[in-house]
Amino acid sequence: MRRLLAPRTLFIGLGLACLLAVWLSLALGPVNLPLADTWRAGLRLLGVPLSGEGLGQAELILGQIRLPRTLLGLAVGAVLALSGVAMQGLFRNPLADPGLVGVASGAALGAAVAIVGGSWLGGIDEAFAPYLLSVCALLGGLGVTALVYRLGRRDGQTSVATMLLAGIALTALASSAVGLFTYLADDATLRTLTFWNLGSLNGASYQRLWPLLLVTGGVALWLPRRAQALNALLLGESEARHLGVDVEGLKRELVFCTALGVGAAVAAAGLIGFIGLVVPHLVRLLAGPDHRVVLPASLLAGGTLLLFADLIARLALAPAELPIGIVTAFIGAPFFLFLLIRGRG
Amino acid sequence: MLEVEALHLRRGHKAVLSDIDLQLQPGQIVGVLGPNGAGKSSLLSVLCGELAPSQGHVRLAGRALDSWRGQDRARCLAVLPQVSSLGFSFTVREVVGLGRLPHASGERQDGEIVEAALRAADAWHLCARSYLQLSGGERQRVHLARVLAQLWPGATGTTLLLDEPTSMLDPLHQHTTLQAVRDVADRGAAVLVILHDLNLAARYCDRILLLQEGRCHALDVPSRVLTPQALKAVFGIEVLVQAHPERGHPLVIMR
Repeated sequence: MRRLLAPRTLFIGLGLACLLAVWLSLALGPVNLPLADTWRAGLRLLGVPLSGEGLGQAELILGQIRLPRTLLGLAVGAVLALSGVAMQGLFRNPLADPGLVGVASGAALGAAVAIVGGSWLGGIDEAFAPYLLSVCALLGGLGVTALVYRLGRRDGQTSVATMLLAGIALTALASSAVGLFTYLADDATLRTLTFWNLGSLNGASYQRLWPLLLVTGGVALWLPRRAQALNALLLGESEARHLGVDVEGLKRELVFCTALGVGAAVAAAGLIGFIGLVVPHLVRLLAGPDHRVVLPASLLAGGTLLLFADLIARLALAPAELPIGIVTAFIGAPFFLFLLIRGRG
Repeated sequence: MLEVEALHLRRGHKAVLSDIDLQLQPGQIVGVLGPNGAGKSSLLSVLCGELAPSQGHVRLAGRALDSWRGQDRARCLAVLPQVSSLGFSFTVREVVGLGRLPHASGERQDGEIVEAALRAADAWHLCARSYLQLSGGERQRVHLARVLAQLWPGATGTTLLLDEPTSMLDPLHQHTTLQAVRDVADRGAAVLVILHDLNLAARYCDRILLLQEGRCHALDVPSRVLTPQALKAVFGIEVLVQAHPERGHPLVIMR
Protein backbone atom coordinates (compact mmCIF):
# COMPACT_ATOMS: atom_id res chain seq x y z
CA MET A 1 0.00 0.00 0.00
CA ARG A 2 1.34 3.38 -0.90
CA ARG A 3 1.02 6.10 1.67
CA LEU A 4 -0.52 9.29 0.40
CA LEU A 5 2.25 11.48 1.79
CA ALA A 6 5.81 10.95 2.86
CA PRO A 7 6.32 12.13 6.46
CA ARG A 8 8.49 15.01 5.24
CA THR A 9 5.84 16.34 2.88
CA LEU A 10 3.25 15.98 5.63
CA PHE A 11 5.31 17.97 8.10
CA ILE A 12 6.03 20.74 5.59
CA GLY A 13 2.34 20.95 4.67
CA LEU A 14 1.22 20.95 8.28
CA GLY A 15 3.83 23.56 9.20
CA LEU A 16 2.58 25.88 6.46
CA ALA A 17 -1.08 25.28 7.37
CA CYS A 18 -0.26 25.98 10.99
CA LEU A 19 1.47 29.27 10.13
CA LEU A 20 -1.49 30.29 7.99
CA ALA A 21 -3.92 29.46 10.80
CA VAL A 22 -1.87 31.44 13.31
CA TRP A 23 -1.70 34.46 11.02
CA LEU A 24 -5.46 34.35 10.23
CA SER A 25 -6.25 33.90 13.89
CA LEU A 26 -4.18 36.95 14.75
CA ALA A 27 -5.43 39.12 11.89
CA LEU A 28 -9.15 38.33 11.68
CA GLY A 29 -11.84 39.28 14.16
CA PRO A 30 -14.34 42.02 14.89
CA VAL A 31 -11.55 44.49 14.10
CA ASN A 32 -9.67 43.34 11.00
CA LEU A 33 -5.99 44.10 11.28
CA PRO A 34 -4.17 44.59 7.96
CA LEU A 35 -1.44 42.05 7.35
CA ALA A 36 1.34 44.59 7.69
CA ASP A 37 -0.04 45.90 10.97
CA THR A 38 -0.24 42.38 12.37
CA TRP A 39 3.44 41.88 11.60
CA ARG A 40 4.54 45.23 12.93
CA ALA A 41 2.44 45.04 16.07
CA GLY A 42 3.80 41.57 16.58
CA LEU A 43 7.34 42.84 16.25
CA ARG A 44 6.56 45.64 18.70
CA LEU A 45 5.26 43.07 21.16
CA LEU A 46 8.61 41.32 20.87
CA GLY A 47 10.31 44.58 21.82
CA VAL A 48 11.28 45.94 18.39
CA PRO A 49 10.80 49.73 18.59
CA LEU A 50 8.40 50.56 15.73
CA SER A 51 5.95 53.42 15.59
CA GLY A 52 2.99 54.15 13.34
CA GLU A 53 -0.60 55.24 13.20
CA GLY A 54 -2.99 52.92 15.02
CA LEU A 55 -0.15 50.60 15.91
CA GLY A 56 -0.77 51.08 19.62
CA GLN A 57 -4.33 49.86 19.26
CA ALA A 58 -3.21 46.97 17.07
CA GLU A 59 -0.63 46.03 19.64
CA LEU A 60 -3.25 46.10 22.37
CA ILE A 61 -5.69 43.90 20.44
CA LEU A 62 -2.91 41.54 19.45
CA GLY A 63 -1.18 41.30 22.78
CA GLN A 64 -4.17 41.23 25.12
CA ILE A 65 -6.78 39.39 23.07
CA ARG A 66 -5.67 37.60 19.96
CA LEU A 67 -2.26 36.26 20.94
CA PRO A 68 -3.45 34.54 24.13
CA ARG A 69 -6.45 33.23 22.24
CA THR A 70 -4.31 31.89 19.43
CA LEU A 71 -1.89 30.26 21.84
CA LEU A 72 -4.82 28.79 23.76
CA GLY A 73 -6.28 27.37 20.54
CA LEU A 74 -2.95 25.88 19.47
CA ALA A 75 -2.30 24.32 22.85
CA VAL A 76 -5.83 22.97 23.37
CA GLY A 77 -5.93 21.47 19.87
CA ALA A 78 -2.46 20.00 20.20
CA VAL A 79 -2.99 18.46 23.61
CA LEU A 80 -6.43 17.07 22.71
CA ALA A 81 -5.03 15.46 19.57
CA LEU A 82 -2.12 13.96 21.54
CA SER A 83 -4.55 12.66 24.16
CA GLY A 84 -6.55 11.08 21.35
CA VAL A 85 -3.44 9.30 20.05
CA ALA A 86 -2.60 8.12 23.56
CA MET A 87 -6.13 6.78 24.15
CA GLN A 88 -6.29 5.04 20.80
CA GLY A 89 -2.94 3.43 21.53
CA LEU A 90 -4.05 2.43 25.01
CA PHE A 91 -7.29 0.86 23.79
CA ARG A 92 -5.60 -0.34 20.59
CA ASN A 93 -8.62 0.97 18.79
CA PRO A 94 -8.85 3.91 16.41
CA LEU A 95 -12.33 4.84 17.64
CA ALA A 96 -11.29 5.76 21.17
CA ASP A 97 -11.70 9.49 21.77
CA PRO A 98 -11.45 11.33 25.08
CA GLY A 99 -14.89 12.85 24.51
CA LEU A 100 -16.61 9.65 23.42
CA VAL A 101 -15.40 7.51 26.30
CA GLY A 102 -16.28 10.08 28.95
CA VAL A 103 -12.84 11.35 29.94
CA ALA A 104 -13.73 14.91 28.97
CA SER A 105 -16.97 14.73 30.96
CA GLY A 106 -15.09 13.48 33.97
CA ALA A 107 -12.70 16.38 33.61
CA ALA A 108 -15.64 18.77 33.25
CA LEU A 109 -17.11 17.37 36.45
CA GLY A 110 -13.82 17.98 38.19
CA ALA A 111 -13.79 21.52 36.83
CA ALA A 112 -17.39 22.08 37.97
CA VAL A 113 -16.51 20.91 41.46
CA ALA A 114 -13.65 23.41 41.49
CA ILE A 115 -15.81 26.27 40.19
CA VAL A 116 -18.77 25.70 42.48
CA GLY A 117 -16.64 24.72 45.44
CA GLY A 118 -14.53 27.82 44.86
CA SER A 119 -17.55 30.11 44.86
CA TRP A 120 -18.87 28.49 48.04
CA LEU A 121 -15.57 29.11 49.69
CA GLY A 122 -15.97 32.75 48.76
CA GLY A 123 -13.81 32.94 45.67
CA ILE A 124 -10.31 31.76 44.98
CA ASP A 125 -7.32 33.92 44.24
CA GLU A 126 -7.15 34.84 40.53
CA ALA A 127 -3.60 33.71 40.02
CA PHE A 128 -4.21 30.38 41.71
CA ALA A 129 -7.64 29.48 40.28
CA PRO A 130 -6.51 28.11 36.87
CA TYR A 131 -4.15 25.66 38.59
CA LEU A 132 -6.83 24.43 41.00
CA LEU A 133 -9.18 24.05 38.04
CA SER A 134 -6.58 22.06 36.11
CA VAL A 135 -5.82 19.78 39.02
CA CYS A 136 -9.51 19.06 39.66
CA ALA A 137 -10.14 18.45 35.95
CA LEU A 138 -7.10 16.16 35.87
CA LEU A 139 -8.43 14.14 38.81
CA GLY A 140 -11.87 13.86 37.19
CA GLY A 141 -10.33 12.77 33.90
CA LEU A 142 -7.98 10.32 35.60
CA GLY A 143 -10.84 8.68 37.48
CA VAL A 144 -12.92 8.17 34.35
CA THR A 145 -10.01 6.99 32.16
CA ALA A 146 -9.03 4.39 34.72
CA LEU A 147 -12.64 3.28 35.14
CA VAL A 148 -13.39 2.98 31.41
CA TYR A 149 -10.15 1.11 30.98
CA ARG A 150 -11.04 -1.37 33.74
CA LEU A 151 -14.54 -1.83 32.34
CA GLY A 152 -13.57 -2.08 28.67
CA ARG A 153 -10.83 -4.67 29.04
CA ARG A 154 -11.19 -8.35 29.53
CA ASP A 155 -8.33 -10.85 29.27
CA GLY A 156 -6.09 -8.32 27.62
CA GLN A 157 -8.60 -7.54 24.87
CA THR A 158 -10.56 -4.33 24.42
CA SER A 159 -14.24 -4.61 23.87
CA VAL A 160 -15.11 -1.54 21.82
CA ALA A 161 -18.81 -1.93 22.57
CA THR A 162 -18.22 -2.07 26.33
CA MET A 163 -15.80 0.83 26.09
CA LEU A 164 -18.27 3.06 24.26
CA LEU A 165 -21.20 1.97 26.44
CA ALA A 166 -19.21 2.60 29.59
CA GLY A 167 -18.34 5.98 28.08
CA ILE A 168 -22.03 6.78 27.55
CA ALA A 169 -22.90 5.75 31.09
CA LEU A 170 -20.04 7.71 32.63
CA THR A 171 -20.78 10.75 30.47
CA ALA A 172 -24.41 10.63 31.63
CA LEU A 173 -23.32 10.27 35.24
CA ALA A 174 -20.83 13.13 35.04
CA SER A 175 -23.31 15.33 33.16
CA SER A 176 -26.00 14.76 35.77
CA ALA A 177 -23.54 15.67 38.49
CA VAL A 178 -22.60 18.82 36.56
CA GLY A 179 -26.35 19.45 36.14
CA LEU A 180 -26.80 19.19 39.88
CA PHE A 181 -24.07 21.76 40.37
CA THR A 182 -25.70 23.96 37.72
CA TYR A 183 -28.96 23.74 39.64
CA LEU A 184 -27.31 24.67 42.91
CA ALA A 185 -25.08 27.40 41.48
CA ASP A 186 -25.69 31.14 41.68
CA ASP A 187 -26.00 33.30 38.56
CA ALA A 188 -22.34 34.13 38.03
CA THR A 189 -21.21 30.54 38.54
CA LEU A 190 -24.00 29.38 36.24
CA ARG A 191 -22.58 31.42 33.36
CA THR A 192 -19.13 29.94 33.89
CA LEU A 193 -20.53 26.41 34.01
CA THR A 194 -22.54 26.86 30.82
CA PHE A 195 -19.47 28.18 29.09
CA TRP A 196 -17.60 25.05 30.19
CA ASN A 197 -20.16 22.70 28.75
CA LEU A 198 -19.98 24.20 25.27
CA GLY A 199 -16.31 25.02 25.08
CA SER A 200 -14.88 28.32 23.97
CA LEU A 201 -11.57 30.06 23.50
CA ASN A 202 -13.24 33.33 24.40
CA GLY A 203 -11.76 35.40 27.20
CA ALA A 204 -8.36 33.75 26.92
CA SER A 205 -5.87 35.17 29.36
CA TYR A 206 -2.26 34.41 30.09
CA GLN A 207 -3.26 33.25 33.56
CA ARG A 208 -5.48 30.53 32.11
CA LEU A 209 -2.83 29.75 29.53
CA TRP A 210 0.14 28.88 31.75
CA PRO A 211 -1.01 25.59 33.28
CA LEU A 212 -2.15 24.43 29.84
CA LEU A 213 1.12 25.35 28.14
CA LEU A 214 3.03 23.51 30.86
CA VAL A 215 0.96 20.37 30.39
CA THR A 216 1.02 20.55 26.60
CA GLY A 217 4.79 20.93 26.62
CA GLY A 218 5.18 18.05 29.04
CA VAL A 219 2.91 15.67 27.11
CA ALA A 220 4.41 16.72 23.77
CA LEU A 221 7.90 15.96 25.04
CA TRP A 222 6.99 12.77 26.85
CA LEU A 223 4.81 10.81 24.43
CA PRO A 224 7.19 10.77 21.41
CA ARG A 225 9.78 9.04 23.61
CA ARG A 226 7.36 6.13 23.78
CA ALA A 227 6.45 6.12 20.08
CA GLN A 228 8.06 2.75 19.31
CA ALA A 229 6.58 1.18 22.43
CA LEU A 230 3.16 2.46 21.32
CA ASN A 231 3.71 0.87 17.89
CA ALA A 232 4.48 -2.44 19.59
CA LEU A 233 1.44 -2.09 21.85
CA LEU A 234 -0.82 -1.99 18.78
CA LEU A 235 0.20 -5.61 18.13
CA GLY A 236 -1.27 -6.62 21.47
CA GLU A 237 -0.21 -6.44 25.08
CA SER A 238 1.51 -9.79 25.29
CA GLU A 239 3.17 -9.24 21.91
CA ALA A 240 4.51 -5.91 23.16
CA ARG A 241 5.79 -7.60 26.32
CA HIS A 242 7.56 -10.23 24.22
CA LEU A 243 9.19 -7.38 22.31
CA GLY A 244 10.62 -6.11 25.57
CA VAL A 245 8.18 -3.27 26.27
CA ASP A 246 7.29 -2.52 29.89
CA VAL A 247 3.56 -2.69 29.12
CA GLU A 248 2.21 -1.94 32.58
CA GLY A 249 4.40 1.14 32.88
CA LEU A 250 3.46 2.28 29.39
CA LYS A 251 -0.26 1.90 30.13
CA ARG A 252 0.07 3.95 33.32
CA GLU A 253 1.87 6.67 31.38
CA LEU A 254 -0.80 6.69 28.67
CA VAL A 255 -3.66 6.92 31.19
CA PHE A 256 -1.87 9.70 32.99
CA CYS A 257 -0.98 11.66 29.83
CA THR A 258 -4.55 11.38 28.54
CA ALA A 259 -6.07 12.55 31.79
CA LEU A 260 -3.50 15.29 32.21
CA GLY A 261 -3.94 16.59 28.66
CA VAL A 262 -7.72 16.42 28.60
CA GLY A 263 -7.92 17.84 32.12
CA ALA A 264 -5.77 20.84 31.24
CA ALA A 265 -7.63 21.43 27.97
CA VAL A 266 -11.04 21.23 29.64
CA ALA A 267 -9.93 23.49 32.46
CA ALA A 268 -8.70 26.10 29.97
CA ALA A 269 -11.36 25.93 27.27
CA GLY A 270 -14.22 23.71 28.35
CA LEU A 271 -15.55 20.68 26.52
CA ILE A 272 -14.29 20.60 22.95
CA GLY A 273 -15.09 17.27 21.36
CA PHE A 274 -13.87 15.12 18.47
CA ILE A 275 -10.44 16.73 17.99
CA GLY A 276 -8.86 13.66 19.57
CA LEU A 277 -10.76 11.43 17.15
CA VAL A 278 -10.56 13.33 13.88
CA VAL A 279 -6.96 14.54 13.94
CA PRO A 280 -5.08 11.26 14.54
CA HIS A 281 -7.36 9.61 11.98
CA LEU A 282 -6.57 12.14 9.31
CA VAL A 283 -2.87 11.87 10.03
CA ARG A 284 -2.95 8.06 9.82
CA LEU A 285 -4.92 8.26 6.61
CA LEU A 286 -2.26 10.50 5.09
CA ALA A 287 0.95 9.04 6.43
CA GLY A 288 0.26 5.68 8.09
CA PRO A 289 0.00 4.60 11.73
CA ASP A 290 3.67 4.83 12.81
CA HIS A 291 3.60 6.78 16.07
CA ARG A 292 6.96 8.38 15.33
CA VAL A 293 5.07 10.34 12.67
CA VAL A 294 1.55 10.31 14.11
CA LEU A 295 2.49 11.97 17.41
CA PRO A 296 4.28 15.11 16.15
CA ALA A 297 1.95 15.40 13.16
CA SER A 298 -1.14 15.20 15.39
CA LEU A 299 0.33 17.88 17.60
CA LEU A 300 0.63 20.25 14.63
CA ALA A 301 -2.62 19.23 12.97
CA GLY A 302 -4.60 19.45 16.21
CA GLY A 303 -3.52 23.01 16.89
CA THR A 304 -4.14 24.00 13.27
CA LEU A 305 -7.58 22.41 13.08
CA LEU A 306 -8.69 24.01 16.33
CA LEU A 307 -7.56 27.45 15.16
CA PHE A 308 -9.57 27.06 11.95
CA ALA A 309 -12.59 25.86 13.96
CA ASP A 310 -12.18 28.90 16.18
CA LEU A 311 -12.09 31.16 13.11
CA ILE A 312 -15.40 29.66 12.00
CA ALA A 313 -16.78 30.13 15.52
CA ARG A 314 -15.68 33.76 15.53
CA LEU A 315 -16.67 34.73 12.01
CA ALA A 316 -19.76 32.66 11.12
CA LEU A 317 -22.18 34.81 13.12
CA ALA A 318 -19.99 37.88 13.70
CA PRO A 319 -20.18 39.94 15.81
CA ALA A 320 -21.79 37.19 17.89
CA GLU A 321 -19.61 34.16 18.61
CA LEU A 322 -20.43 30.47 18.44
CA PRO A 323 -19.05 28.21 21.16
CA ILE A 324 -16.24 26.30 19.48
CA GLY A 325 -17.45 22.99 20.91
CA ILE A 326 -20.46 23.30 18.61
CA VAL A 327 -18.22 23.82 15.58
CA THR A 328 -15.96 20.84 16.33
CA ALA A 329 -19.02 18.65 16.98
CA PHE A 330 -20.45 19.67 13.59
CA ILE A 331 -17.21 18.56 11.95
CA GLY A 332 -16.48 15.59 14.18
CA ALA A 333 -19.81 13.82 14.62
CA PRO A 334 -20.39 13.22 10.87
CA PHE A 335 -16.76 12.10 10.63
CA PHE A 336 -17.34 9.57 13.40
CA LEU A 337 -20.45 8.27 11.61
CA PHE A 338 -18.42 8.00 8.40
CA LEU A 339 -15.82 5.91 10.22
CA LEU A 340 -18.51 3.63 11.65
CA ILE A 341 -20.05 3.07 8.22
CA ARG A 342 -16.68 2.52 6.58
CA GLY A 343 -15.60 0.13 9.34
CA ARG A 344 -18.72 -1.94 8.75
CA GLY A 345 -18.26 -2.11 5.00
CA MET B 1 18.09 -22.60 26.51
CA LEU B 2 14.70 -22.64 28.20
CA GLU B 3 13.85 -25.22 30.84
CA VAL B 4 11.09 -26.05 33.30
CA GLU B 5 11.19 -28.43 36.19
CA ALA B 6 8.32 -30.01 38.10
CA LEU B 7 5.91 -27.49 36.64
CA HIS B 8 2.38 -27.26 37.98
CA LEU B 9 -0.29 -24.80 36.93
CA ARG B 10 -3.68 -24.55 38.56
CA ARG B 11 -6.60 -22.38 37.61
CA GLY B 12 -9.04 -22.30 40.50
CA HIS B 13 -9.23 -25.91 41.65
CA LYS B 14 -8.54 -27.35 38.23
CA ALA B 15 -5.04 -28.61 37.49
CA VAL B 16 -4.18 -27.29 34.02
CA LEU B 17 -0.62 -28.61 33.92
CA SER B 18 0.88 -31.22 36.22
CA ASP B 19 4.47 -32.22 36.74
CA ILE B 20 5.98 -31.13 33.43
CA ASP B 21 9.74 -31.36 32.94
CA LEU B 22 11.05 -29.96 29.70
CA GLN B 23 14.31 -28.67 28.31
CA LEU B 24 14.54 -26.87 25.01
CA GLN B 25 18.00 -27.63 23.63
CA PRO B 26 19.85 -25.48 21.12
CA GLY B 27 19.34 -26.72 17.58
CA GLN B 28 16.30 -28.80 18.44
CA ILE B 29 12.62 -28.45 17.65
CA VAL B 30 10.26 -29.78 20.26
CA GLY B 31 6.72 -30.29 18.98
CA VAL B 32 3.82 -30.18 21.41
CA LEU B 33 0.83 -32.32 20.49
CA GLY B 34 -2.39 -33.00 22.32
CA PRO B 35 -6.16 -32.74 22.02
CA ASN B 36 -8.01 -29.45 22.59
CA GLY B 37 -7.79 -28.36 26.19
CA ALA B 38 -4.77 -30.57 26.95
CA GLY B 39 -2.83 -27.52 28.16
CA LYS B 40 -0.64 -26.81 25.12
CA SER B 41 -1.26 -23.05 25.03
CA SER B 42 -1.09 -22.84 28.83
CA LEU B 43 2.32 -24.50 28.69
CA LEU B 44 3.46 -21.92 26.15
CA SER B 45 2.09 -19.10 28.29
CA VAL B 46 4.05 -20.35 31.28
CA LEU B 47 7.21 -20.79 29.20
CA CYS B 48 7.08 -17.19 27.99
CA GLY B 49 6.17 -15.69 31.35
CA GLU B 50 2.59 -14.66 30.59
CA LEU B 51 1.30 -17.04 33.27
CA ALA B 52 3.08 -17.64 36.54
CA PRO B 53 3.36 -21.34 37.41
CA SER B 54 1.71 -22.51 40.64
CA GLN B 55 4.77 -24.63 41.33
CA GLY B 56 8.11 -25.06 39.63
CA HIS B 57 10.43 -22.66 37.88
CA VAL B 58 11.02 -21.51 34.35
CA ARG B 59 14.66 -20.76 33.59
CA LEU B 60 16.06 -19.01 30.55
CA ALA B 61 19.82 -19.53 30.09
CA GLY B 62 20.00 -20.69 33.68
CA ARG B 63 18.33 -17.60 35.14
CA ALA B 64 14.78 -17.39 36.47
CA LEU B 65 12.61 -16.06 33.63
CA ASP B 66 10.95 -13.35 35.73
CA SER B 67 14.30 -11.90 36.78
CA TRP B 68 15.15 -10.90 33.19
CA ARG B 69 14.85 -7.31 32.09
CA GLY B 70 12.18 -7.05 29.36
CA GLN B 71 14.48 -5.93 26.58
CA ASP B 72 17.28 -8.39 27.33
CA ARG B 73 14.77 -11.19 27.39
CA ALA B 74 13.22 -10.09 24.11
CA ARG B 75 16.64 -10.40 22.44
CA CYS B 76 16.81 -14.12 23.13
CA LEU B 77 13.19 -15.23 23.50
CA ALA B 78 10.53 -14.64 20.84
CA VAL B 79 6.93 -15.79 20.95
CA LEU B 80 4.39 -16.21 18.17
CA PRO B 81 0.85 -16.28 19.59
CA GLN B 82 -1.97 -18.17 17.95
CA VAL B 83 -3.82 -15.07 16.81
CA SER B 84 -2.69 -11.50 16.71
CA SER B 85 -5.12 -8.64 16.52
CA LEU B 86 -3.72 -5.58 14.82
CA GLY B 87 -6.28 -3.02 13.73
CA PHE B 88 -4.02 -0.36 12.24
CA SER B 89 -2.83 -0.19 8.66
CA PHE B 90 0.90 -0.74 9.11
CA THR B 91 2.71 -2.00 6.05
CA VAL B 92 4.01 -5.54 6.22
CA ARG B 93 7.57 -4.22 6.32
CA GLU B 94 6.70 -2.05 9.35
CA VAL B 95 5.08 -4.96 11.19
CA VAL B 96 8.14 -7.15 10.69
CA GLY B 97 10.36 -4.19 11.58
CA LEU B 98 8.74 -4.12 15.04
CA GLY B 99 10.55 -7.39 15.66
CA ARG B 100 13.81 -5.41 15.67
CA LEU B 101 12.57 -3.20 18.53
CA PRO B 102 14.61 -4.89 21.28
CA HIS B 103 17.81 -4.47 19.26
CA ALA B 104 19.81 -1.36 18.54
CA SER B 105 21.31 -2.71 15.35
CA GLY B 106 20.70 0.36 13.18
CA GLU B 107 18.37 1.03 10.29
CA ARG B 108 20.44 -0.56 7.56
CA GLN B 109 21.03 -3.87 9.27
CA ASP B 110 17.42 -3.96 10.42
CA GLY B 111 16.30 -3.50 6.82
CA GLU B 112 18.43 -6.44 5.67
CA ILE B 113 17.17 -8.64 8.50
CA VAL B 114 13.54 -7.73 7.81
CA GLU B 115 14.03 -8.71 4.18
CA ALA B 116 15.72 -12.00 5.09
CA ALA B 117 12.98 -12.87 7.59
CA LEU B 118 10.23 -12.01 5.10
CA ARG B 119 11.90 -14.16 2.43
CA ALA B 120 12.20 -17.04 4.92
CA ALA B 121 8.47 -16.84 5.62
CA ASP B 122 7.77 -16.53 1.87
CA ALA B 123 6.14 -13.13 2.40
CA TRP B 124 8.69 -10.81 0.80
CA HIS B 125 6.34 -10.07 -2.10
CA LEU B 126 3.84 -8.65 0.44
CA CYS B 127 6.31 -6.21 1.96
CA ALA B 128 4.69 -2.98 0.75
CA ARG B 129 1.10 -4.13 1.33
CA SER B 130 -1.06 -2.92 4.19
CA TYR B 131 -1.36 -5.54 6.93
CA LEU B 132 -5.12 -5.02 7.03
CA GLN B 133 -5.51 -6.08 3.38
CA LEU B 134 -3.92 -9.49 3.94
CA SER B 135 -5.70 -12.81 4.30
CA GLY B 136 -5.51 -14.78 7.53
CA GLY B 137 -2.75 -17.04 6.26
CA GLU B 138 -0.71 -14.14 4.92
CA ARG B 139 -1.00 -12.37 8.28
CA GLN B 140 0.21 -15.51 10.01
CA ARG B 141 3.30 -15.62 7.80
CA VAL B 142 3.96 -11.92 8.42
CA HIS B 143 3.90 -12.50 12.18
CA LEU B 144 6.20 -15.48 11.73
CA ALA B 145 8.59 -13.20 9.85
CA ARG B 146 8.32 -10.72 12.73
CA VAL B 147 9.43 -13.23 15.36
CA LEU B 148 12.12 -14.58 13.02
CA ALA B 149 13.42 -11.02 12.61
CA GLN B 150 13.43 -10.63 16.39
CA LEU B 151 15.93 -13.52 16.78
CA TRP B 152 17.61 -13.37 13.37
CA PRO B 153 19.61 -15.36 12.40
CA GLY B 154 18.64 -17.54 15.35
CA ALA B 155 21.99 -18.31 16.91
CA THR B 156 22.65 -20.61 19.86
CA GLY B 157 21.18 -19.06 22.98
CA THR B 158 17.98 -17.89 21.35
CA THR B 159 14.62 -19.53 21.93
CA LEU B 160 11.54 -19.45 19.73
CA LEU B 161 8.05 -20.41 20.94
CA LEU B 162 5.34 -20.88 18.31
CA ASP B 163 1.65 -21.51 18.93
CA GLU B 164 0.11 -23.27 15.92
CA PRO B 165 2.03 -21.33 13.27
CA THR B 166 0.45 -23.36 10.46
CA SER B 167 -3.21 -23.29 11.51
CA MET B 168 -4.33 -21.03 8.67
CA LEU B 169 -1.82 -21.98 6.00
CA ASP B 170 -2.22 -23.85 2.73
CA PRO B 171 -0.26 -27.12 2.38
CA LEU B 172 2.69 -25.50 0.60
CA HIS B 173 3.09 -22.80 3.21
CA GLN B 174 2.70 -25.23 6.08
CA HIS B 175 5.90 -26.75 4.80
CA THR B 176 7.73 -23.52 3.90
CA THR B 177 6.90 -22.16 7.36
CA LEU B 178 8.15 -25.20 9.22
CA GLN B 179 11.19 -25.42 6.94
CA ALA B 180 11.99 -21.81 7.91
CA VAL B 181 11.67 -22.82 11.56
CA ARG B 182 13.86 -25.87 10.87
CA ASP B 183 16.51 -23.58 9.34
CA VAL B 184 16.47 -21.35 12.40
CA ALA B 185 16.90 -24.38 14.63
CA ASP B 186 19.75 -25.64 12.45
CA ARG B 187 21.50 -22.31 13.05
CA GLY B 188 21.35 -22.99 16.79
CA ALA B 189 18.02 -21.74 18.13
CA ALA B 190 15.93 -23.79 20.53
CA VAL B 191 12.36 -24.10 19.28
CA LEU B 192 9.07 -25.20 20.78
CA VAL B 193 6.14 -25.45 18.40
CA ILE B 194 2.53 -26.37 19.09
CA LEU B 195 1.05 -28.32 16.19
CA HIS B 196 -2.12 -30.19 15.36
CA ASP B 197 -0.91 -32.01 12.28
CA LEU B 198 0.76 -35.24 13.39
CA ASN B 199 2.61 -35.73 10.11
CA LEU B 200 4.04 -32.20 10.11
CA ALA B 201 5.26 -32.83 13.64
CA ALA B 202 6.76 -36.15 12.63
CA ARG B 203 8.63 -34.58 9.74
CA TYR B 204 10.05 -31.43 11.32
CA CYS B 205 10.40 -32.06 15.07
CA ASP B 206 13.35 -33.62 16.84
CA ARG B 207 11.29 -34.50 19.88
CA ILE B 208 7.58 -34.56 20.55
CA LEU B 209 5.82 -33.80 23.81
CA LEU B 210 2.44 -35.51 23.88
CA LEU B 211 0.14 -33.82 26.38
CA GLN B 212 -2.97 -35.37 27.85
CA GLU B 213 -5.09 -33.44 30.34
CA GLY B 214 -2.12 -31.39 31.43
CA ARG B 215 0.21 -34.33 31.93
CA CYS B 216 3.14 -35.48 29.87
CA HIS B 217 2.05 -38.70 28.15
CA ALA B 218 5.31 -39.03 26.26
CA LEU B 219 8.38 -36.95 25.47
CA ASP B 220 10.72 -38.56 22.97
CA VAL B 221 11.74 -38.75 19.31
CA PRO B 222 8.78 -38.90 16.89
CA SER B 223 9.16 -42.59 16.08
CA ARG B 224 8.72 -43.53 19.74
CA VAL B 225 5.93 -41.08 20.51
CA LEU B 226 3.74 -41.45 17.45
CA THR B 227 2.61 -45.04 18.01
CA PRO B 228 -0.91 -46.37 17.36
CA GLN B 229 -1.28 -47.12 21.08
CA ALA B 230 -0.30 -43.63 22.22
CA LEU B 231 -2.47 -41.88 19.64
CA LYS B 232 -5.42 -44.10 20.56
CA ALA B 233 -4.92 -43.33 24.24
CA VAL B 234 -4.48 -39.57 23.84
CA PHE B 235 -6.62 -38.61 20.83
CA GLY B 236 -8.96 -41.60 20.68
CA ILE B 237 -8.14 -42.23 17.02
CA GLU B 238 -7.38 -45.48 15.24
CA VAL B 239 -4.29 -45.11 13.08
CA LEU B 240 -1.68 -46.99 11.13
CA VAL B 241 1.87 -45.78 11.48
CA GLN B 242 4.34 -46.54 8.71
CA ALA B 243 7.74 -45.22 7.81
CA HIS B 244 7.77 -42.49 5.19
CA PRO B 245 8.95 -44.24 2.01
CA GLU B 246 11.58 -41.62 1.18
CA ARG B 247 12.46 -39.90 4.44
CA GLY B 248 11.92 -42.63 7.00
CA HIS B 249 10.07 -40.58 9.63
CA PRO B 250 6.77 -41.99 10.91
CA LEU B 251 3.72 -41.41 8.75
CA VAL B 252 0.37 -41.45 10.51
CA ILE B 253 -2.58 -42.75 8.51
CA MET B 254 -6.15 -42.76 9.75
CA ARG B 255 -7.83 -46.15 9.52
